[in-house]
Amino acid sequence: MVRTKPTEGNRQVSASDGVAARAVDVWKSYGSGDAAVTALAGVSVDLEKSRFTAIMGPSGSGKSTLMHCLAGLDDVTSGEVWVGDTKVTGLKDRGLTELRRDKVGFIFQQFNLLPTLTAEENITLPLAIGGKKVDRDWFDVVVDTVGLRDRLTHRPTQLSGGQQQRVACARALVSRPDVVFADEPTGNLDSQSGAEVLGFLQRSAREFGQTIVMVTHDANAASYADRVIFLKDGHIVRELLSPSADEVLDTMKHLDSVVAVPHV
Amino acid sequence: MFKATLKSLLSRKLRLVLSALAVVLGVMFVSGSFVLTDTLQRSFTDLFSSAFANVDVSVSPKAEKGKQPEPLTPQAIADVKSVPGVASAVGDVQGSARPIGKNGKVITTSGSPRFGFNWTGTGQEKIRDGKAPAAENEVAVGGFLATTGGFKVGDDIALLTLEPKKTFKITGIYEYAGGRDSLGGELSVAFTEPVAQQLLLGKKDVFSGITVTAAQGTSDDALRDAVAAKLGSGYDVKTGAALAKEQADQINEGLKFFNYVLLGFAGIALFVGIFIILNTFSIIVAQRTRELALLRSMGASRGQVIGSVVLEALVIGLIASIVGLGAGVGVGALLATIFSSLGGSSLQLAGIGVPMSAIISSFAVGMIVTVVAAVMPALRASRIAPVAAMREAATPDRPLTKITITGAAVAALGGTSLGFGFNQASLPLIFGGILVAFVGVALLTPILSKPMVSLIGRLLSWSMPGLLGRRNSARNPRRTAITAAALMVGISLITGVSVVLTSATKSIEKLASGQLQTDLIISGEGQVEGQPATFQRDVLTKVEKTDGVKSAFGWASDGVLQGEDQLFAVAVTDVNALKEMFALKPKSGAISPLRDDQLGLPEDLATEKGWTVGSTITLQLAKGEPRTYTVGFVWAKSQVLQGAMVLPESASKDFRSDQIGQAFAQVQPGANVADVQKRVEPLFADNPEITVQDRSGFVKQTTSQFDTVLLMIQILLALAILIAVLGVINTLALSVIERTRELGLLRAIGMRRAQVMRMITVESVVISVFGAVLGLAVGLALGVATVQALKDQGISELGFPWATMAQYLVVAAVVGVVAAILPAIRAARLNVLDAIAYE
Repeated sequence: MVRTKPTEGNRQVSASDGVAARAVDVWKSYGSGDAAVTALAGVSVDLEKSRFTAIMGPSGSGKSTLMHCLAGLDDVTSGEVWVGDTKVTGLKDRGLTELRRDKVGFIFQQFNLLPTLTAEENITLPLAIGGKKVDRDWFDVVVDTVGLRDRLTHRPTQLSGGQQQRVACARALVSRPDVVFADEPTGNLDSQSGAEVLGFLQRSAREFGQTIVMVTHDANAASYADRVIFLKDGHIVRELLSPSADEVLDTMKHLDSVVAVPHV
Repeated sequence: MFKATLKSLLSRKLRLVLSALAVVLGVMFVSGSFVLTDTLQRSFTDLFSSAFANVDVSVSPKAEKGKQPEPLTPQAIADVKSVPGVASAVGDVQGSARPIGKNGKVITTSGSPRFGFNWTGTGQEKIRDGKAPAAENEVAVGGFLATTGGFKVGDDIALLTLEPKKTFKITGIYEYAGGRDSLGGELSVAFTEPVAQQLLLGKKDVFSGITVTAAQGTSDDALRDAVAAKLGSGYDVKTGAALAKEQADQINEGLKFFNYVLLGFAGIALFVGIFIILNTFSIIVAQRTRELALLRSMGASRGQVIGSVVLEALVIGLIASIVGLGAGVGVGALLATIFSSLGGSSLQLAGIGVPMSAIISSFAVGMIVTVVAAVMPALRASRIAPVAAMREAATPDRPLTKITITGAAVAALGGTSLGFGFNQASLPLIFGGILVAFVGVALLTPILSKPMVSLIGRLLSWSMPGLLGRRNSARNPRRTAITAAALMVGISLITGVSVVLTSATKSIEKLASGQLQTDLIISGEGQVEGQPATFQRDVLTKVEKTDGVKSAFGWASDGVLQGEDQLFAVAVTDVNALKEMFALKPKSGAISPLRDDQLGLPEDLATEKGWTVGSTITLQLAKGEPRTYTVGFVWAKSQVLQGAMVLPESASKDFRSDQIGQAFAQVQPGANVADVQKRVEPLFADNPEITVQDRSGFVKQTTSQFDTVLLMIQILLALAILIAVLGVINTLALSVIERTRELGLLRAIGMRRAQVMRMITVESVVISVFGAVLGLAVGLALGVATVQALKDQGISELGFPWATMAQYLVVAAVVGVVAAILPAIRAARLNVLDAIAYE
């Protein structure tokens, strides 16, 4: 694990107290010259521990880019990203890999599981890759919470889409990461399965104190979150606390008229 | 449709390169063989036409059937001279002469002749340094011999001829037109005429041929007819051009065989190539399922889909054939250059040419192989229902029942054909059987792959990446199986050959330690111009009298003619010693010394010919009139002495050479073999080609050629194995592409690059080792079958080359690691985000 020693200059931003992940004036642009596209234009945000945060915004707003940068899947053009007390910005591949393995959990929209492994093997995969022992008690808690007890020996092809996504949730949680990042986790599910998965994420934050950051464009999904951040054209423009689906929808509708605010 | 195919082809350059490479290598081997042999053929033709450049007509004695030709007399030369139109007629003397180098060892060539001749001053040889030989102890040597042996004018040179070592003074060094050291890498030496006659022909005043030149205005053909008319029968009279052609043809016949051998190995390489291409196309089609389904849903017919895949194959085949042909010309030229300078033989190469056969075979082979390999996947592609394909579901495992039954049937067919082939000694049946059996085993491989892969994988999967690698290799049994089967072909052929050679070695060892009661074996090392080296009878007498030797005998050997049949005979100096040392048992009659008109027969020959003790047999030896012998004894089947009849020593006088070819000695009880060997060896100081060996040394010498054979086959099969390795790389590379998203996921959840590489490496090693295990098993079966079939040919023991087989297994594992390098690097370098989003 790579830890960056806090120095005088960054002590103020590396606060691990109460913040699970933090972006400081993050810029991200693709391409160069005339073809350059700015995906993030100076985003700063603190994501508190034990909270379920949703990042919302229309297509091209930069919400996925923000999540990828926070998770160490993508590098930033300028600015700093922290996960826990690890400075992500500037980490080399090995450091990033270990960050993802030990401090971060992922749930993707689809294709979360390895077809050659059983559900149980998929869940414990991050631990196996890191050569760590599985905490059986915690494993049992997670498996029972997602309700997969009787599906553990099944291969992904023998599971429904919702079950597959629940396996992915369990995998993200089992290593007790600092943050779980979920990228449109319900995008491919029917509403029933989607509700199960969202309910599970909500409970994880409330009952286990798990920090969760979810990217979505679905107002209903966002309504499960404790906090919803709205992105537009690479800026954070609004945020709501524990909103209802209608509130989220309403905000989305009026996002066009909102002027970007530099800081939240 | 055509455009769509080409676009899809070009958009996958890596795939194109990988699948074409197997074809390129195979085609390269084929065209390279043709270019090499064509170049050598023309070079040899040039060589002989220059060798006979100043011969208009040549006269040589005609050989009567089974007899050695009588040398020509001076009278024949005088007769030729008297023919009108003859400008000159010169008697030639030529015979084997082997120079001994300054290190005391006989100088050898890689096949080019070593000979001596009489210096007439009229030949093509021109003195470069010094002067022609004029005295009995003087010789001139060719420029090539001078450079090879480091000889200068004034040096002494020792020569072996019909007589043992003799030393001469070098008075001159000669060269050929254009300052060439030799015509074709031959080592030659010129004597004065009387010395040449004595040493090379063994008789005074005889010649081996007459070189005739025509007077102005006389054509070669007319001169030939005139000379032939004058001399009458008993002479071969040919024009120089005809002679050159005859000799070139003889060499070219040998080259043709050489070409067949090379083409055979090229065939094996291409056979392996088919597996690779088949696999590549299967994977490509699987990956293109959606693309093809889209085409189908837009109204493309099944025929068009098949056509699209076959067209892709044709384009790949065409490109690969062109590249392969080009590479083959390069390789052929390179090999020809190496060949021409091999062992110092300076064959003047005719220009490198590209024969039509090379071009035709390259394109035929390249295109046909590729298209044949692509047809099956194409058919499968056309059967995919558009809807099924659009729904991207992992292709479910199709049941293996059909393929397994087919495989078993094909393998059985191959085995049967192999059995018949052995039975009737028919090479086409044997090779056909082996190939068909390979196909059968390849079809059986998928069903074997599940248990085998999981077994092999278990040994390697102690970590998570290892486990994933193992699971991945078990994921698509067909793909793993075909990849492994390609490796199987090469390894099983090598293993089969090593089983046969190991069995042969073991048989010889057993023979030597069991039935051969001899302590010392005296024999020529290798062959001298097709004949084993020999030594004088009186040296054998000295061996018999050496302190510590209990008894010794030797034999001269030659072919003899009985009616129309060519038989093999040995004239033995001491039948009693033979009987004791070879542990011969009488079948009928008593094995005892033969009178001059008696002979002994092996049981096989006696049975075959219906001869018994007391039968009379008329034999024509190489010299003299036919002689009648009475059968004195028949000995029971022996593996030490079989296939040769035993003649009395006196018969050797009428052999081509009455010298001893092989001799055997037994030491006195209590005497130390090594000590006696040390005392015997100096007796052969003047015969450096003869070695004295104890039993184990003899076995080693006899079996050492097996190592050479094995090495040659390993080198020639290396290409087939190289192609198989390409196949492993190919499969892995395509799998990596196919599993891009999985790799992205693994990296996203924290798998390190090194772990990704390890995962791919394990998969690769599992496939390679699986192929090797299959190859070893099939090779063992082939080897054992061959040994069984050769039981009557003297391979009585079955030996297994365990150490060699273990080596192949290790090599396969290493091959797996090497094959994984590029795909693993590619997999490790994947950008995580791109990989996850990969479609």
